[in-house]
Amino acid sequence: MSARERVVGQVANYVDERTGAAKWLKKTLTKVFPDHWSFMLGEIVLYSFVILLLSGTFLTFWYDPSMKEVEYEGSYQPLSGLKMSAAYASTLHISFDVRGGLLMRQIHHWSALIFMAAMVAHLMRIFFTGAFRKPREFNWIIGVGLLTLGILEGFLGYSLPDDLLSGTGIRIAEAIVQAVPVVGSYLSFLIFGGAFPGEMFIQRIYVVHILLLPGIFLALITVHLMLVWYQKHTQYPGPGRTEKNVVGYPLMPVYMAKAGGFFFIVFGVTAFLGAVASINPIWIYGPYNPGQIGAGSQPDWYMGWLDGLVRMAPPIEAYIFGYTLSLNIMIPGLIIPGIIFTGMALYPFIESWITGDKREHHLLDRPRNAPNRTALGAMSLTFMLVTLINGGNDLLATHFDLSINQIMWFSRIGIIVLPPLAFVITKRICLSLQRADRELVLHGKETGRLVMLPHGEFIEVHEQLSPERAYLLTQHEQLPALQANLTDESGVRNPKSLRAKVRARLSRSHAEQIAKPAASDLKELESGQH
Amino acid sequence: MRFISKYRRHRFAAPLLLLGALFLAGLTYSAAQAVTRQATLSQSDKATLIAEGKEIFARGCSSCHGINAEGAGIGPSLVGVGAASVDFQVATGRMPVADMSQQIARKTPVYDDQEVAALAAYVASLAPGPAAVTNEELAWERDGNTAEGGELFRNNCSMCHNLAGQGGALTQGKYAPTVMGVEPRHIYEAMLTGPQAMPVFSETILTPQEKLSVIKWIKHAENEPALGGAALGRVGPVTEGLLAWVLGLGLLIGVAVWLTSKAR
Repeated sequence: MSARERVVGQVANYVDERTGAAKWLKKTLTKVFPDHWSFMLGEIVLYSFVILLLSGTFLTFWYDPSMKEVEYEGSYQPLSGLKMSAAYASTLHISFDVRGGLLMRQIHHWSALIFMAAMVAHLMRIFFTGAFRKPREFNWIIGVGLLTLGILEGFLGYSLPDDLLSGTGIRIAEAIVQAVPVVGSYLSFLIFGGAFPGEMFIQRIYVVHILLLPGIFLALITVHLMLVWYQKHTQYPGPGRTEKNVVGYPLMPVYMAKAGGFFFIVFGVTAFLGAVASINPIWIYGPYNPGQIGAGSQPDWYMGWLDGLVRMAPPIEAYIFGYTLSLNIMIPGLIIPGIIFTGMALYPFIESWITGDKREHHLLDRPRNAPNRTALGAMSLTFMLVTLINGGNDLLATHFDLSINQIMWFSRIGIIVLPPLAFVITKRICLSLQRADRELVLHGKETGRLVMLPHGEFIEVHEQLSPERAYLLTQHEQLPALQANLTDESGVRNPKSLRAKVRARLSRSHAEQIAKPAASDLKELESGQH
Repeated sequence: MRFISKYRRHRFAAPLLLLGALFLAGLTYSAAQAVTRQATLSQSDKATLIAEGKEIFARGCSSCHGINAEGAGIGPSLVGVGAASVDFQVATGRMPVADMSQQIARKTPVYDDQEVAALAAYVASLAPGPAAVTNEELAWERDGNTAEGGELFRNNCSMCHNLAGQGGALTQGKYAPTVMGVEPRHIYEAMLTGPQAMPVFSETILTPQEKLSVIKWIKHAENEPALGGAALGRVGPVTEGLLAWVLGLGLLIGVAVWLTSKAR
């Protein structure tokens, strides 16, 4: 043992005797994680969060969350002498008079966009592979919560510079708050501390943006990761992978290196975007003034769907007991988002009710092997895409020579017609892929090699799949559909028969599969024609 | 050379030389004056210009606007629209119309400046209307104020032309075009005459000085270097979101695939 090793050993021993860390570390550092690129989407979210904390802290050093009116005297000449809020002036100060300020602002904003984009990509991975199934339902709900808070956090951050574009966004948010039946206007007064825009709004959202929401984020992310740790990571199916094991690499040294390196790569890509691409050039938009507005005002992309929904709503209102119900805002701004997020949070429970499957799952589904779920996901994405397209309808109109009215009608009809269409098409594609898998297992790969047999017949040689590949294509289980118990043993009608019927119908749809090849199929083939 | 060396010390040499220099300076000055005076036309020149304009009009415009610009089924009457309208519509290529779609689009002008001036003179001769301006007459660089112009732009223009002046959509396929890359005189004339869906900003609503400020702000926005990097069309969060997904997340997913790929 060299002198250096002895010293390190002594130090480690000193710490271990006082903390008992060695046992815990040994267990922790050898923990195994499975390897797949799609498992790193959540990491992008986590690292973006760290980047947001760091760059955000930098911005707080100079940002002044105040709506006090000041005269701009900074170095950006085209606005000099203009009256504006201290918040806007300090954002200009960060952009033009703080060394590295503009870069940091841009990194912060790009990071927020990537944060949300990666979160949605992560959500899609979890959904399409069925990773939300027992025992991970709580973690799914935490994820939905993080997504909701992320949208809110992003929107508040986008509003802080108090420029004309973001002020327009707050104005729309105010309209949505006011559309809450009966209490809407009181709620709006409560939030803004009086009539819009008031004098306290920026202070308030600043505290929420930099203190409250990041705090909640930290807590939820911690629980989210602890649950991943405790429940172990899911893995894709394959030879040697079961519901009881995790096949992969240990945390130390493989994932320490991979994850650590990936953090710097995420930071690098974000900083690269911040350095080469302008984002939210507030100095062009000008300071917020409730009397002004710009054509083509959009929110950041993660709010675009909500904007698109509000834009496509027909102008309908109702009057009840002297109260105005702004249905044109209430339905797209409150009711539909409520349905979307509630439905999303409850989906693990809905699916397990439909399938009757209450077992634990640690092996992921290949999306084609859960056609109904995959189709439902494609349907939701189509819905969101239509709303997102309508959110940018004015830019689509000007840049592609279209009529904004036509885009609006396309969206109004498309939002109803296209998602079901996407459902049907996706489900058919999934079933076709299953058919292709079955074909592949039974007949092997087409080699394109034609052989003439002695008696003159031509055949194409099929190459048998490797056992690993054949296993992968046949390992999934195909649950039968639930039967509706409409009567009990003695023939008495089940009081919940309607519920049972609905459940059985949904279950039948969910269980629609192309039968995977069984051992008997293969045997039959071998003994028979080929 | 002998002549010079012989008389250069003559006592009249200096006064004569001075006289000669003065004469030369005066000649240059009056020649330059004469060139500018050519622009302000004499009565007879103006008459020929109007006649010329009338002829161009009869050839290129009368099929829609009527033989005497009185208006016909397709085109409106041009009596009283003034030279400013003609200069804006024809010199930006909007007139003559290429296709009668939702909105008459800007394109390469059909007539050169001379012909536009003739047309403008003809239309202005029908009835009084706002006069055309030249870029030189508009001292926007001197008299305009960028900050004031920005404020005026946001108050009066940005609701259609976008906060950054990139243009915006109106109803039924109509649109407010971008104000980037437009001649100052055409910006001025557009405000003065309110072409197509645009309202008129008369000299009492936006004073001439305020119009110059608006022009100065537009020119500033046009010439401002991309301060934060690539401007992404300056249309706000839509292109930013697209870039975040495609380049940002795209690159990162590419790296993730690379990090988890098996060594071959």
